[in-house]
Amino acid sequence: MPALITSPARCVYGVIPGPILFSAITLIGIACFAYIVAKRLVPLARGEHDPRFDRLNVRLAKVLKYWLGQWKQPRYPTAGILHIILFAGFVVLAIRSISLVMTGIFEDFVVPGLSGYAGHIYNVVKDYAVTGVFISAAIAAIRRSVFKPERYSVPAKYGKDHTAEAVLVLALIAALMVSESLFEASEAYGWTPNGQVTESPALFSLAWIFKCALVSTSVHTLQLLHLSAYFVHEITFFFFLCFLPMGKHFHVITSLFNVYLMKLDRGSVKPAKWSIPDEKLDEVESLGVKQFEDFTWKHMLDFYSCADCGRCSDNCPANASGRPLSPRFITIKARDYCFQHYPVHGIPGESHALVGGIYSEDEIWSCTTCGACEEECPLMIEYIDKIVDMRRGMVDDGNVPRSLQKPLKALENRGNPYGKMEKNRADWTKKEDFQGTCRVRILNEKNKAETLYFVDSITSYDDRIQDIARATSRILDRFGREFGILGAMEKDSGHEVRRFGEEMLFISLRDQNIDAIKACGASEIVTADPHAYNALRNDYGGKGLPPVKHISETIAEQIRRGRIHLNPVQDPNRIYTYHDPCYLGRHNRIYDAPREVLDAIPGLKRVEMVRCRDRSFCCGGGGLMLFYEPEEEQRIGVLRVKMAAEAGADVIVTACPFCLVNMEDAIKVAGMEGKMTAIDLTELVERHLALQEQ
Amino acid sequence: MEILVCVKRVPDTSENEIEINAEGNDIKRDDLVYSVNEWDNYAVEEAIQIVDRVGGSVTVVTIGSEEDADTLRREIAMGANKGVLISDEVFDGSDGRGIAAILKAFVEKDAYDLILSGAQAEAGLAQTGGMLAAMLDYPFASLVNSIEILEGNKLRIGREIDGGNKEIHEIDLPCVLSIQTGINEPRYVGIRGIRKAASMDIPTLQASDLGIDMRFVGRSAARVKRTDYFVPATGEGAEMLTGDTEEVVERLVDILKAKGGIK
Amino acid sequence: MARIFAYIVHKAGVVDDSAAELAVAAKRIDAAAPVTALVTGFGMDLDAACNSLCASFEEVWKISSEALAYPDAGLVRKALVDILPPGSIVLAPHNTFGMDMSPGLSIKTDSAFVPDVVDIEGCEETRLKLVRQEYGGQVSAHIGCDISSGVVLNIRSGAFKVEECSVANGVVVDHSIDMGDLTGIHRRYIETVEAEMGDVDITKEEVLVSVGRGIQEQENIAIAQELADAMTAAVSCSRPIIDAKWMEKSRQVGTSGQTVKPKVYIACGISGSFQHMGGLKGNPFIVAINKNPKAPIFQAANVGIVADILEFLPALTNRIRRL
Repeated sequence: MPALITSPARCVYGVIPGPILFSAITLIGIACFAYIVAKRLVPLARGEHDPRFDRLNVRLAKVLKYWLGQWKQPRYPTAGILHIILFAGFVVLAIRSISLVMTGIFEDFVVPGLSGYAGHIYNVVKDYAVTGVFISAAIAAIRRSVFKPERYSVPAKYGKDHTAEAVLVLALIAALMVSESLFEASEAYGWTPNGQVTESPALFSLAWIFKCALVSTSVHTLQLLHLSAYFVHEITFFFFLCFLPMGKHFHVITSLFNVYLMKLDRGSVKPAKWSIPDEKLDEVESLGVKQFEDFTWKHMLDFYSCADCGRCSDNCPANASGRPLSPRFITIKARDYCFQHYPVHGIPGESHALVGGIYSEDEIWSCTTCGACEEECPLMIEYIDKIVDMRRGMVDDGNVPRSLQKPLKALENRGNPYGKMEKNRADWTKKEDFQGTCRVRILNEKNKAETLYFVDSITSYDDRIQDIARATSRILDRFGREFGILGAMEKDSGHEVRRFGEEMLFISLRDQNIDAIKACGASEIVTADPHAYNALRNDYGGKGLPPVKHISETIAEQIRRGRIHLNPVQDPNRIYTYHDPCYLGRHNRIYDAPREVLDAIPGLKRVEMVRCRDRSFCCGGGGLMLFYEPEEEQRIGVLRVKMAAEAGADVIVTACPFCLVNMEDAIKVAGMEGKMTAIDLTELVERHLALQEQ
Repeated sequence: MEILVCVKRVPDTSENEIEINAEGNDIKRDDLVYSVNEWDNYAVEEAIQIVDRVGGSVTVVTIGSEEDADTLRREIAMGANKGVLISDEVFDGSDGRGIAAILKAFVEKDAYDLILSGAQAEAGLAQTGGMLAAMLDYPFASLVNSIEILEGNKLRIGREIDGGNKEIHEIDLPCVLSIQTGINEPRYVGIRGIRKAASMDIPTLQASDLGIDMRFVGRSAARVKRTDYFVPATGEGAEMLTGDTEEVVERLVDILKAKGGIK
Repeated sequence: MARIFAYIVHKAGVVDDSAAELAVAAKRIDAAAPVTALVTGFGMDLDAACNSLCASFEEVWKISSEALAYPDAGLVRKALVDILPPGSIVLAPHNTFGMDMSPGLSIKTDSAFVPDVVDIEGCEETRLKLVRQEYGGQVSAHIGCDISSGVVLNIRSGAFKVEECSVANGVVVDHSIDMGDLTGIHRRYIETVEAEMGDVDITKEEVLVSVGRGIQEQENIAIAQELADAMTAAVSCSRPIIDAKWMEKSRQVGTSGQTVKPKVYIACGISGSFQHMGGLKGNPFIVAINKNPKAPIFQAANVGIVADILEFLPALTNRIRRL
C-alpha cells in the first residue's frame, strides 16, 4: 500500500527535488560550520603552549562525571534541572538529528544499530527527550524573560543585556523540537512504504499531542505540514549549528573538550611559561599576559566555552562586596575581544593591551584567588591562572599598586612582608609565660627533628597571630612529637607573592625554603597556615619535600587514635560555627578534619552556615591581599561575619591566620563586638586539652 | 632633555633597626639591608616620566664604592638609560661641600639640561642639591612637587611649603631641583628587572678622571665632621597610665575633664 | 668671634616664632655676643617687623626692595651675599625657606653649613660643637664645625625653648643700599597656590584627635571620628595618612601641613617624628596612645598609654558617651 504521507526525499520543493535541496542545505551548512570553526581556531594557534594531553584515564573520568554526568549543575537546582534535561535531550537527540538530515536525502535511511527493536526503544526515548527539551526550553525562556534571576543581569558598564540572545537560542531550540514533532505527528496516520503502520509517537509526548490535534486534518494539509516541518527543521538545524560558535552556545560544542582538557592540579598556579624552566625565565623578553595572544590556547578555549550562566560571579566574594571584579565578565569581555579581533569574516585585527583596555587594573588586583568561581563553573573554566598571568604582566611592566610595593620590597629584603628582621622571626617563642612551659627547637643541619612546624610570616611576626604559633606548639608538644621550627632561616612561603604576579621573587623564596627544609632533616611538615600548606604541598611540588599536613588533620588523627582527649566545652551556652578557609577547604578539600576536632569537644554546639564547605565564602584574602587597598562597598569579611550571625552563631572558628585577622577586623568594623567572637581552631583546642593521661 | 639624577644608597629605615655600635662612631651595619634613598627614587621616576614625554635620556650617578653600583643598576632596571659610579678613596670623609664639588666636576664633563636629586637622605641634611647649584651657578629650587615643561627652555615648578600650600616658580634651564616625595608614583621594579640589570657594566670614574677642586674634598678638607653617634639621655617623658583598659580609661577621662578636653 | 646674624621670617608685619628661637640659639654660641637680625622685605610690613624685633635683637638690619616683597629664596640669598660681612655666622630656620636658601648661601659666602641643628653645645675658638639627628630621629650625632670662614646654621623649629628675655633696645639700620642688582637670577616667583580648605579648619580647634600609621586602615579612621564626636573635637592626622590619601591635606598636622595650637591633643598611633610635632605649637596637653612603648612621642607627651588604638579608642568613646 502506498504511504499516506510521502517523505521529503521523494518530493519536490518548488522546482527542486527534495534530495538535491537537502543535500545542498546539508553540504552548505556543514561547510559554513567548518569554516566558522576553523576561523575560531586561528587565535588558539597563536596561543601559548599548554600541556593538557596527559593522564588520559583521569581526564576520561572527569568527562564522565562533569560532562556526561552534569555533576555541578544541581548546585543551582532550578537552572540545573532544566539544563540537565536540555543536555540529556541533546545527547539523545544527536542520533535523531543525523537520521533526520539523512532522511531528506535517502528516504530509507536508518541509523546503524537502530533497526528493529533497538530503533523502537530509541524512538520512544527520543519522543520524551524532545518533549522534555521543549518544556525545559519554554520554562527557561519564561524564566529568563519574565522572572529574570539576578545573576544573569548585566551591569551597565559591561554593555547591553544578554537576555535577547538567550531567548533567541531557546526559541531556536523550541523551533527544532516543534518542527521535529510536527514532522513525526504529521505522518502518524500514514503507512510506511513497506505497508507497516507508522509508529505512533510515545504517549503524552509532544509529537503525540500534535498527533491528537491533527486527528481531523486532511491528508493534503498533513502532507504540507510534513514537508514544511522538515524544511523548517533542516534550515533551523543548520542555522543553529552555524550560530553556535557565534556566541555563548559555542559551549554546546566546546564543553566536551573543555572538560576533557580541564586543569587537574588543584591548588597550584601554572608556571609563568610551560615551555620554559625556572632558570631560564630571566632570559624571556616579556613575562605574563599583556595581550590576548599571551594567553594559552586552553585559556582561549575557556573564553569560547563560557555559557554566560553567571554562577561564578554569583559566588565571587569580590563581586559581592562591590569590588570592580566579576569573573563572568572577565571571560565574556575576553570572548568578545576575541570575536572582534579574530572575526569570522575578515583578517585578525591589531593587538591591544588587555589591562588598561578591556580590563582595569583594579579589576585584576581585586581577586582574592579563593576559587569559588572555578568551583561553580560547570564548564571547568579556570580563572585564577589567568588573573595571575595578567598580574605577572603588570609586574613585568612595573605596574604595581603603591600599597603592594612596600611589602614586596620587604619580602625581597627580609623574607617577610612586614620588613622585620630575620633574627626576630622566632621571637614568639620567647614570650614570658610560654617559654618555660614549651620548648620549641630551632632546626638546622646540626639540630634535627622528625617534625618541622612551618610557621610562615604572619604567624611569626603579628602580635595577635603569634598566639596561634604558641597554641600549635603546645598541641604538638602534647602529642609527644619531637618538633622544631626553622627560625631565622624560614622565609615567607611566597604563596601570595606568586599569586600577585611576582614569580621571580616566589621562586627565590621557594628555593631558599626548600634548602632550609631539606637541611633540617624532617620527615614530615606540619603547619597551621593553609596558605603555607598549599604552597608547600602544591606550589613547591616535585622538589622532594616531605609530606605536609595541616594541624587540623594532625589533631583529628590523634583524636581518632584516642591519643588525646578534650575537656568539655568551657562555655556551653555559645553557638560555634566553623568557617572553611579557602586554601584548606576548597583548594585542598579538607572539610571534615576540622569539624571532627570541634565535634570531639564534648558539649560544643555547632551550626553550619549556608555557605560552607566548597561553597564557603572567602574571608577577604590573605598574604599580600591584607596590604592591598581595594575599592569596595563593603568589606568581604563583614559579609562573612553577618552570615555567621544569620546562622545563629556567636563564635566563628577558623583554621587560618588570615581568616582570623579578617574576621576579628570585620567584627569591629561591623560593630558586632560583644555579639560575635572569632577564634582559631588551635587556640580552641589548646584551651580544652585534657590533662595528660598516663 | 638630558637629565642627571644624583642618587644615594642608604639603609632603609623601615626594614632595619638602627642601633649605635659599641664604639659610638657608626651604626651597626651587619644586619642592614640597603636600598635607593626614597627621595632619590621619586626623582628618578620623575626624570623617566619627563623623558617619556619629551625625549632625551636619564643618567643616574652616585658617589661611593662598588656596592653602590647596585643602586644604579636598579634605577636602570626601572628605566634610567645610563649609570655612572664615582669612586675614589680620596673622597672618604668629605662633607656636604666636598660631595657637591665632586658632583660639580662630573656635571661639567657633559651637558645636562636638568639635574635632580632627592630633597634629603637618611641624614636629613637636604644640602647636596642646593650646594651643587650654587657651585655651578645654576638656579635652584628645593622640595619640588610638580614640574611642567614650558616653551623656551624653562620649567614651571611647584614647591611644597607649610600648610600644604604650593609656591609656583618659573625657572630657566639648566637648573638643579631637589624633589619631594609624593610628586609621582614610582613604578615597581621586579626581581626580574633587577636580575637582568645585574650583569650590566657600570663605568667607574676616579678623581683623576674628573677635574675636581680638591680644596673641598676629603677628610682633611671637611669643615663639618661628625664626631660620634649617641642616644640622648631622655627627659622624664610622659606619665604612663597602666592597668587594664577599664582602669586606664577611667583615669584618662578624669584627666581629660580636668584639662578641658571633654566639654 | 665673628658677627652673629639671624635671618628673620615674617609675614604681614608679624614676626614668626622662629625669630625668638634663633635668638636663643645664638646665645648658645656666645652668650655675650650681640645678635643682628636680618630682615628682608618691603614697605610697611617690613617696617613693622623690624620695629618689633628691637626688643630681642641688639641690631636689626633692614633690607628693603620691592623685589623682596615676597621672600623668594633665590633673591634673598643674592641680597644677603652682597650684604653679609665675610666670615659671618648666620642662623636661619630649618623650614621650607631655609632649606631653599641656606645651602647655596653657604657656598656663595664660602662658609660651612650645618642644617637641622637641634642643639648647640658651645664654641671653642673657631670650632663650633653642635648636635644633629639622623635616620629619622633614631640616633643623635655630635657635630664639630670649623667656622673660621663663617658658617650658616639652619635651626630646627622648636629645638630651642624660648624664655622671656628682653635685650637692650635694638636699633634698626637700613642696609638696603648695600644690595646689588637683584635681577637675572633665572628663577622667578609667580604665585602661591593655597591648599584647598577642607570642611574642617583644624587650626581653630581646641581639641584634636589625631591619627597616624597605627590606625592601619582607612576604615578605622571612623573609630577616631567617633571619639572626636564624643569629645566635640575634630580629627587630624600625620603625613603618612595624607600620602596614602586617606584624609585631605587640610587635616595634616606637621611642618609640611598645618600648625595647630589646641588645648588638648590626643595622638593615636602616631610615632612622634619631629616633622609632625613641629606642627604642634602653644604647649598643648598631649595624650599619646601607641602600641610601641619605645615610640618617640612618649617623650613629648604629658600622658602616655601603651595600647592598641583599635581597641582602646572605642572603649574610651563608650566611657565618654556615658558621662
